[in-house]
Amino acid sequence: MNKVVANSNKAIEGIKDGMTLMLGGFGLCGIPENCIGSLVKKRITNLTCISNNAGVDDFGLGLLLQQRQIKKMISSYVGENDEFERQMLNGELEVDLIPQGSLAERCRAGGAGIPAFFTPAGFGTEVAEGKEIREFNGKPHILESALTADFAIVKAWKGDPFGNLIFKGTARNFNPVMAMAGKITIAEVEELVEPGELDPNQIHTPGIFVQRIFQGVDYEKRIEQRTVRSKN
Amino acid sequence: MKKELSREPFVQKTKYQNLGMLDKVGIVKRIAQELQDGWYVNLGIGIPTLVANYIPQGISVEFQSENGLLGMGAFPYDGEEDADLINAGKQTVTLLPGATLFDSATSFAMIRGQHVQLTVLGAMEVAENGDIANWKIPGRMVKGMGGAMDLVASAENIIVAMMHTNKKGESKILSNCTLPLTGVACVKKVVTNLAVMEIKDGAFHLIERAPGVSVEEIQNATEGTLIVEGEIPEMQLD
Repeated sequence: MNKVVANSNKAIEGIKDGMTLMLGGFGLCGIPENCIGSLVKKRITNLTCISNNAGVDDFGLGLLLQQRQIKKMISSYVGENDEFERQMLNGELEVDLIPQGSLAERCRAGGAGIPAFFTPAGFGTEVAEGKEIREFNGKPHILESALTADFAIVKAWKGDPFGNLIFKGTARNFNPVMAMAGKITIAEVEELVEPGELDPNQIHTPGIFVQRIFQGVDYEKRIEQRTVRSKN
Repeated sequence: MKKELSREPFVQKTKYQNLGMLDKVGIVKRIAQELQDGWYVNLGIGIPTLVANYIPQGISVEFQSENGLLGMGAFPYDGEEDADLINAGKQTVTLLPGATLFDSATSFAMIRGQHVQLTVLGAMEVAENGDIANWKIPGRMVKGMGGAMDLVASAENIIVAMMHTNKKGESKILSNCTLPLTGVACVKKVVTNLAVMEIKDGAFHLIERAPGVSVEEIQNATEGTLIVEGEIPEMQLD
């Protein structure tokens, strides 16, 4: 089995205007930089993007926002992007804000064939509006539906031609659950290794969830809040 | 040999603002006294993060960061930062011995499944029934709730770290929240620059005063129902 494609331009073939995409990452950590670059270059528009955050003004999904390629964002936290806030407050961008745990679980459920689930998160808030409420163990819960996407785009540390993936550090975040929920899942990896090189015990995302894989180039890995202490 | 990882406390340089009788550090020092040995703790972005600097001696806790990390350590030394290792506030961090990394769904299974013993977070408003608002000011500011709604809906122990009043001097300790809610009837304890209060039976109960702050000053700064019973001691810091 060989799912390898040459590069990000090849990997995003078939992504069309108006489609729904999932993009892994938390802040700028673990985002698919190469594929975002190709989406910007190809000027695919009217996208619905499901991603925990919306990048910053000049990096990550912020690059797609700058060019007005995104019609709707489904996220949990968008506080670092002024252009996002401007487009949203002006009504130029549709935004669905979802509690972070519900967002993760809705992706996981979408990939796992669970159409909906009950969670206490958001009960009594705007998030619960229009949703079924049911009490379990004396506590009210709201019904949240699963999320899937035409394409899920994830970023991993290492991968092989089977699509097996290993993530590094906190760059894992939403990537494994989104990999499960894409009709087509694209994985860009820092290092593409030969079949059999990855220890099966250490694989985070089994290749069955991944349809296309390539080794990315020129990762910037920008740090949003560089916080250090001095040795003295 | 495995690299020896530091267990030094977190160090974060902040501009200490004197925003009341207690500054941010005073608030987090008081909250740190609530930590119990063996607890897993989630600290929210901003002031709550600083609680990690003041863990009482002899107490061992593990910090959970909802982006997928348990066993969060100090900020890295200059030059040793790793873009693939951040906390929920997107700050670079390090791992302590015994740390573990996981995906976002697993992280919120820990939270929703009540495996985390304490959540400390900030708030714009808190109400006397335990409601909390901290994610949106309609028409003006929308940052999103991040993990706050999941945390407050499930945590058994929620402590809110906040200023008692806003910059105009208006109370943020209210009978009813005016801003969109993050969670309902969930906050159990509030530590402000003026007071420590418990929330029960639909009222704030004054437990401690900040050093030098009178009960009257706290009453004047509190719009919600404040129950004062007996002598109210001062917080013991340091």
